[in-house]
Amino acid sequence: MADAVIVVALLLVVAAATAAVTTRDPVRQALVLAVLGVVLAVLFTVLQAPDVGLSQLAVGSALTPLLLMLTVRKVRRRGQGKERER
Amino acid sequence: MTRRARLWVLLAGGAGLAALLVAACLDLPHFGGDRHPYGDRAVHASLARRTANTISSVNFDQRAFDTLGEMTILFSAVLGCVMLLRQTRDEHRARPEPAEVALPVRRYALVVLPVALLSGLYVIAHGQLSPGGGFQGGVVAATALHLLYLGADYAALERIRPVGAYEVADALAASAYLVTGIAGLIGGTAFLANTLLPYGTFNTLSSGGTVPLLNAAIGMEVASAVVVLLARFLDQAVEIEEESGT
Repeated sequence: MADAVIVVALLLVVAAATAAVTTRDPVRQALVLAVLGVVLAVLFTVLQAPDVGLSQLAVGSALTPLLLMLTVRKVRRRGQGKERER
Repeated sequence: MTRRARLWVLLAGGAGLAALLVAACLDLPHFGGDRHPYGDRAVHASLARRTANTISSVNFDQRAFDTLGEMTILFSAVLGCVMLLRQTRDEHRARPEPAEVALPVRRYALVVLPVALLSGLYVIAHGQLSPGGGFQGGVVAATALHLLYLGADYAALERIRPVGAYEVADALAASAYLVTGIAGLIGGTAFLANTLLPYGTFNTLSSGGTVPLLNAAIGMEVASAVVVLLARFLDQAVEIEEESGT
């Protein structure tokens, strides 16, 4: 029974990771990355490592996507500013 | 070296690495076993020092020096970010216009903020007892503050988040970790050795000697580091603009 849960969690991780690689738009990629973080946290919890799961949840699905989104916003704003000057 | 020769070198290296990896994997313990020589010893050492969460005992007692290294990595990474993302001469700050926030988003953010902040502080405080600890709780508490940016706007966030104070707190927490280590050197046996304080009663907030102290230092360090990091990124994304004509 426990093995079945581990296999399901692993498959979810594989699916989410593949989706993160195939998504090309950085904003969507950040969102997929957040989902991947949640799924990885589930996998770690299933493997009885709740400490690692908590770190993964906090860093992987909250902090990293947030930093990515902010960076994208900065880059896009700079592009818009240049266009207005022309 | 020609392209062909380089390819051969790469293939030889790759084959060697693959062979070593396979050989190492064949000697690994079986998946999902409930006994492990290192695990058994770590649990034993952690219980001997009355720390309920073995992971915290490993992080802040048995491998406290490693955690000092990790804290230094985070500290210098944030220092680098602060240097790189500072306001340069050809940039100026523009006040961001107050944005319209949808009512459900505002309500949700303002309801969840205190809950998330409290959970973060709880996870830090109970690091030596239950899963979690300074690192995880610090990130949760720091990101919880930023729900205010979602629920209200950037000006509201800036009012409750004086970045200078968090920079000072970051440095203070990093020094607190070092000072606790040096106290172990002076009053006890070795740097960061957990022999200074009484171990207390098993499974209480104060049990585990220096583990709760180091855990709290890491919690403060990580929370302030994440706040400073996000503040720099937010400044760049929301406030700082390039001067026109440059």
